[in-house]
Amino acid sequence: MLIWVIRRDLLLAMRRQADVLTTLFFFIIVVSLFPLGVGPEMNTLRIMAPGIVWVAALLASMLSLGRMFSNDYLDGTLEQILLSPTSLSLLVLGKMFSHWLITGVPLVLMAPVLGIQYDLPFSALAVLTLSLLLGTPILSLIGAIGAALTLGLRGGGVLVSLLVLPLYIPVLIFGAGAVEASVAGLGFDAHFSLLGAFLLVSLVFAPWATAASLRISME
Amino acid sequence: MLQGNNLECVRGDRVLFSGINFSIEPGELMQVRGPNGSGKTSLLRMLCGLTVPSSGEISWNGSSIRSLGEDYFSVITYLGHLSGVKDDLTAIENLRITSALAGVAIDEKIAYEILQKMGLEERETLLAKVLSQGQKRRVALARLLLVDTKLWILDEPLTALDVSAIELIKNIIEQYLAQGGMVILTTHQEIDIRATVTHQLYLS
Repeated sequence: MLIWVIRRDLLLAMRRQADVLTTLFFFIIVVSLFPLGVGPEMNTLRIMAPGIVWVAALLASMLSLGRMFSNDYLDGTLEQILLSPTSLSLLVLGKMFSHWLITGVPLVLMAPVLGIQYDLPFSALAVLTLSLLLGTPILSLIGAIGAALTLGLRGGGVLVSLLVLPLYIPVLIFGAGAVEASVAGLGFDAHFSLLGAFLLVSLVFAPWATAASLRISME
Repeated sequence: MLQGNNLECVRGDRVLFSGINFSIEPGELMQVRGPNGSGKTSLLRMLCGLTVPSSGEISWNGSSIRSLGEDYFSVITYLGHLSGVKDDLTAIENLRITSALAGVAIDEKIAYEILQKMGLEERETLLAKVLSQGQKRRVALARLLLVDTKLWILDEPLTALDVSAIELIKNIIEQYLAQGGMVILTTHQEIDIRATVTHQLYLS
């Protein structure tokens, strides 16, 4: 059942590539504008890089949250998902996973290329990519709760950022922190452990919370 | 057996309906009637468990549908106002995915046959956005031929359908009732469906 939801969402994303590309281009453009604005000061750029890439990833991932459930809501598919004999948390987990595949993975793949603009050493690029690989699934998982709560509301887009951004802060701190530690030549294991812990906790609670929020929003 | 006890629906500070009682046995049909805005869709959404009644209780074989949860969803099929057909998927993909969600995974060959029965020959691989309203409705209704549930809850199943499609749906419902299924439906069209017992529920 999980496979069907993922397959369906990937198929829909392929038919509507504009939606996927918007997120990716947003990320690329935001990250690329900073070196142009700040100027070619290598040391400044190296210090700024982790924060900028992570903030851009946060915003890019948020950009696509609105679409996570709203299309299904508008054409009635969400009702069918809610009435499925399969556990709603499981189906929601499928939607979160496909959201990550569609919006998170391209960011992870693009990040090392963009990092070169900031003169990051190879080791820091690797840490940046790994931290995004661990962190972006958390963004999809937590974001889904906000998307489900604001479903069908007017001005839901603003509301979802107010709800979700504060919850993203720990991910931002430890994700960017890992890269900063690596640039400074310090150990970054602790950051990764904490990111991993966040991922596990949200993997357990987010599908359940999203399923409950969806049931409330559909009443 | 589905039973409704003293159901009430409140929207804002307006009472849409209250004191609704009914009971349906296998093979029986219930038609919900009433003018626009009388709460037909609200009642149907309540009966399939999407919303909770403001007061009263709905029970399936004696136990509350709230407590049954997903066990209840596996015995009902709901077709709402919104047909749940994705514009960016083909008719065949739509049918395969919605029936998979309903717990019946089918292969492409069966999906083709079902769509042909629904009068959609040579439309199977077209994206749903190029289909007409009536054809989309047929895609949504095709699911009825696949699922193995005991209760169908159909909200205006006949909108946008032509005469031959209405006849087809009527036959499908009659056959299902004859096999011991239960059907609850709303419609504004006059349609004469044969059933052992037909309940009429008027909302005003």
